[in-house]
Order: sequence, then structure tokens, then C-alpha cells
Amino acid sequence: MEKFTRVTGPAAPLLRQNIDTDMIIPMQRMLDHERDALGRFALEPLRFNGDGSENPEFPLHQPAFRDAPILITGRNFGCGSSRETAVWALQGLGIRVVIGSSFGDIFYNNCFKNGVLPIVLDEDAVAALAAAAPAGPTTVDLAAGTIRPPNRAAIAFDVPPSQRAALLEGLDEIDMTRRRLDDIRAFQARGREARPWIYDIPDTSA
Amino acid sequence: MGRSLFDKVWDAHVIADLGDDQYLLHVDRHLLHDLSGGRGLMELRERGLDVANPELCFATPDHAVSTEPGRADLTDYAGKRLVNGLRESCAACGIRLFDLDDDGQGIVHVIGPELGITLPGVLLVCGDSHTCTHGGLGALSWGIGSSEVAHVLATQTILQRRPKRMRITLDGRMDAHVTPKDLVLYLIGEIGAAAGVGHAIEYAGQAIREMPIEGRLTICNLSIEFGAKVGMIAPDDATFDYLAGRRFAPAGAAWDRAIAEWRTLASDADAVFDREVAIDAGAVRPQITWGNSPQDVLPVDGRVPDPSTAPPDRRPAIQAALDYMDLMPGTPIEGVRVDRVFIGSCTNRRISDLRDAARVAAGRKVAEHVEAWVVPGSESVKRAAEAEGLDRVFRDSGFQWRAPGCSMCVAANGDRVAPGARCVSTSNRNFVGRQGPGSRTHLASPAMAAAAAVSGHIADVRKLGA
Repeated sequence: MEKFTRVTGPAAPLLRQNIDTDMIIPMQRMLDHERDALGRFALEPLRFNGDGSENPEFPLHQPAFRDAPILITGRNFGCGSSRETAVWALQGLGIRVVIGSSFGDIFYNNCFKNGVLPIVLDEDAVAALAAAAPAGPTTVDLAAGTIRPPNRAAIAFDVPPSQRAALLEGLDEIDMTRRRLDDIRAFQARGREARPWIYDIPDTSA
Repeated sequence: MGRSLFDKVWDAHVIADLGDDQYLLHVDRHLLHDLSGGRGLMELRERGLDVANPELCFATPDHAVSTEPGRADLTDYAGKRLVNGLRESCAACGIRLFDLDDDGQGIVHVIGPELGITLPGVLLVCGDSHTCTHGGLGALSWGIGSSEVAHVLATQTILQRRPKRMRITLDGRMDAHVTPKDLVLYLIGEIGAAAGVGHAIEYAGQAIREMPIEGRLTICNLSIEFGAKVGMIAPDDATFDYLAGRRFAPAGAAWDRAIAEWRTLASDADAVFDREVAIDAGAVRPQITWGNSPQDVLPVDGRVPDPSTAPPDRRPAIQAALDYMDLMPGTPIEGVRVDRVFIGSCTNRRISDLRDAARVAAGRKVAEHVEAWVVPGSESVKRAAEAEGLDRVFRDSGFQWRAPGCSMCVAANGDRVAPGARCVSTSNRNFVGRQGPGSRTHLASPAMAAAAAVSGHIADVRKLGA
């Protein structure tokens, strides 16, 4: 997995609430395009007008926020579908950090799996970061656990410790879990005794 | 301190406590479909890893399959690639696949329960957000991303943080014409689309205890629409009656032993929840959504909101939704003309849903300007409906009777609502572009959808007297 340590750059505020993963990457785009081509279509219904032209009001189309690696989001960003392509599309757009007061739970997990850092803060802190963002670059430092907005004091954030460690070191979760294969096999052996119907699945039609 | 249903099932699956609320959990059942399942299997094979427990995995194509009556094998190039990829990977990895036209094929969340793959007390995952559906039988289940799919395939485990617990008590008795779909849409309107983030939900109360299993599956299905990955209902005699004799359910002595365990799963009287919500099910009227979030919901005799009288922080969202949906502020939702009606999806396409819709459709005709579809949830629902003549009722009324799949809920197979067209849909998401770019979706129950089809506009099913 891609490592994450520190990112500095514009932080684009996109404060609309409940931006769902269908909006982050529409179904037909994820079907028609490979992973590395999805960035063009990230947030397509918000970024483009009906005729395909750029929506000038979209934050990432404003000069201060072009190529922003940080997205400041409204409540419940990434709700809806489990599609991991939503994270890939944001990555394709250059996003490495999403900051908001809450995220869709599946999207939140999917971010960590792909080296994107989701940060949960209270709504006032999110609003303060959004207000400060136009003045210059914001720095997100995972090792220090801080966000430093332009011309303001740094604020602290928490991420779950194991996910923080995995991001900092670029660890592969499948490899990590496979080191516990003995524990898994022992659990299954006990389960076959205690709850045999989980493992011995009949097929009455056969 | 007592434990909740969620706690009991979670605790029984802990392989390792990794600290800081992070756990390694055993996965008892893994469902795979053509969209995320094939991708996860491909990732595993590229890494040179084997599937740890293929006998605990079950696959079926549902998202990208054609629903054309008498369908040809595959839909379009995307569907062909996805479905063939799933077939090839399942064959290579020894995973049971319910292929097109097999008795078991259907939407994963429909076939899991009806085949007895889903059981009380199991931990079940699938690369699809509506995996919360299976909680209607007392399973602990949630949707995962494709990286997590690969992790489960490789290890039969999942890494997860323990969520908070919320109990939603639905007391009172639902009125005639009010269905579980109306009840859960009403709930989401009351508590908001983000209320369940970070929580596992337990639904309890009189309305749940008296609700047939298919309705419980509908309630749990919409948990994710208010942000909860997990929704569960304690298994009871109705659950056991539903499961008895199902194809992959335990039988004989194993069944007796399983039931003895399942009876212990209900929350203890002194179980503690992080949040409690109470809803009076008797106060709910037939519901319909007006906007682009499931929380944008109204009783069918209500009026579309007016941003000018809304709280200032809500105005831009309401205005954006009204613009997208092409609705004027303050208009009655009843009477809004519709172009399409879709009865289907993992939310509402079981046999009881089809009976509800057929009662409304019987003896009436779909309005001339409306194209109305019924897409059964599985091959076995389709065959059961045909055996009792429901397909005839729908066809005589002018509905299309189609083959099972996700179809126009997710528009991954070419089944789409045209840009600007308005659809009353029994599915679960009214998001921007969900049913196709520019599509306008109103979520409702099967009976309300049928009422819209025969009326040509959003209609109050209570006035149709079905």
C-alpha cells in the first residue's frame, strides 16, 4: 500500500452534505474505465455542466484550489455504495486527504486501504479549516497528528492507531493477517466443534 | 452488564483483539457478485494467493446482468467482462456460483436468505453496501470494499473497529397500506441520513416482532441509507420457521443444535446501547421521497419543502435537490407526473412485495405515458410468482415482467431511466444519477409504485382501495 506521512497544498472546501459515492464516481464511468482513468470523472455531476464544460463554481476549478491534495468535506461524505472506485477516482484527481465531520463507514475504511487519509473533526473545526483555506497551503502531518492551516495554529487529529501505523509504514493488511494463520485455524477448529453448521453446509437439493 | 444481540454475535467471532477497538473477526459467509467479487478474486489471483475457505463463499452475477425477458446470456461489453470474470475466477477457485437461469441466481441479498446461506448469528460480508439486509435474520452483516473482499478471500477474516450500538424501537401497529418500506423511510426522515454512522443498529419493538421476515429484511436493508453498516433483528420463531428446510440451512440434529444457540442471541434485558431511538409505527403514512437523499421523504399527502421557510443551513441543499428533481417549492407531491415505474431491487422484490404491487395493479392499466417494470429478486421469486399467476396480473396491466437482477436500482446493466425522466422506484437510493445520468428517482413501497404506474402520477395508494 502507498505510504502516507505528510502532505502540503491547497485544501479545497466542498461542504455540501451527504455527497454519496455515486456522485464521487458514477456507475457508468466505473464500468467503462480502468482504475487509472477514473480521476477525470471524479465528482462528475458537481464538476461539470450538462454540456460537459467545467463548472467554474466547483472549488477545485478555482485558482486557489486547483490541484488541491486536501478536500474539506460536508457531513456524511462518501455515504452510499461500497464502491472502492470512489477512492480511486479521488486519488486520480490528486486527493490524498479528506477532512470532514463524518464519513460513510465503508468509504472511510476504503480510504485507508488505498493510502488516502480520512480525518474526522468536529463541525466547528471543519468550518474553521474551510474558512482559513483560501489564504494558502495547509499541511497535514500524520506522524505528528496535526493539521496546520495557513496563518493559524495547528490543530490535532486522531486516527485509529493500527490504521495510522499501516499508513505511515505502507503495510499490507493481507500480509499482516496471514501472519496469524495459526490463530485463524485454531479458531476454525474450535468453531467446527461448537458451531458445526457454520462449516458443514448441507445442500438438500443435491 | 448485559450484552446486546450485536455484542453476542460480534464476541463469538473475535479471533484477536488488536487493541484500540480494532479486532480480527472470523467471516462465516462471504457473498460475491459480478461487480466487486470478480475484482477481489482477480486481485487475489494476481498476488498468487489461494482462497482460504472457498466452501464458505457463494457467488452469483446480479449487478451487470441483462433483465430482458428470455435474456440472452449477457448484456453489453461491461456486463460480459464482469460476468465472465466472475465465472472464470469462481471455477478456478472452487467457489459455488449460481449462474444465469440457475434456480439459485438472483440478487445476492435476496438469495442469501432464501437459500438458507444467511443464518442467525453468522458473520456475513459482501462487497455491497446493502449487505446489512441479512440482519433481518439475526446475522451480523455488512458491506465491504473490494480490498476487504480480497482480504476475506485470502484469510476468511476481516479487520474491523467495533461500532457503537443503537437500538431503534418501533412500537405500535402499522396502518393498512403502510408497509415496512414506509416505516423505514419515515425513520430515516426523522433521524437523518447520517444518524447511524459508526453504529450497529438493533431494531426492536412490537412492529418488528409482528413483522414477517421479508419485511424485516426490507427494514435492515435501508440501515445503510442512514449511515449504519449493520442493522439486526433478534431471531425468533418466525425466523426459524422461515429458514426451516431451506437448501443450505442446517438439518436434522445440526438444526436442533443451531436453534438452541439462536434462541440465546436476543439482547439481554439489561443490555446497554449508546443511543436509543423510539418511533411510533402507528403514526406512519405511506411515504415517498422528493429529493436526492433518502432523508428527503414525505407522507404522500404532504408538500415538497420550501427553502425560503427552511432553516438557513438547509436552504442550499433543498434548493439543489428541487432543481435537480424539477419540483416547485411547496407543491403537493401527490399528482406529480411520472414516466417510469420500477418494482424491484434488494429492498423490495420478494414474493410478498410482488403480491402487494399486484393487488394494486389487478384490474387496472398502466397509464399510457408510463413504462413500468417488475424485476423479481431471484429466479426462485420469479418462478414462485409465475406459479401463483402474479406475472399474468402484471402483464395484463401493462407492466413488463423481467428476469432477475439489480437492474434499474443501480443501472449497471444498461437498464436506465433517461436523463430528465421521473421514476417511482421501490429501490433504496434516490441519489443524483443513480438510475442513470440525469434520472429523477422517487423512492416508495411496491404498492405505492404500482399506484403511480396505474395513475400516471404519484398517487396515494390508500385512495385506490386495493
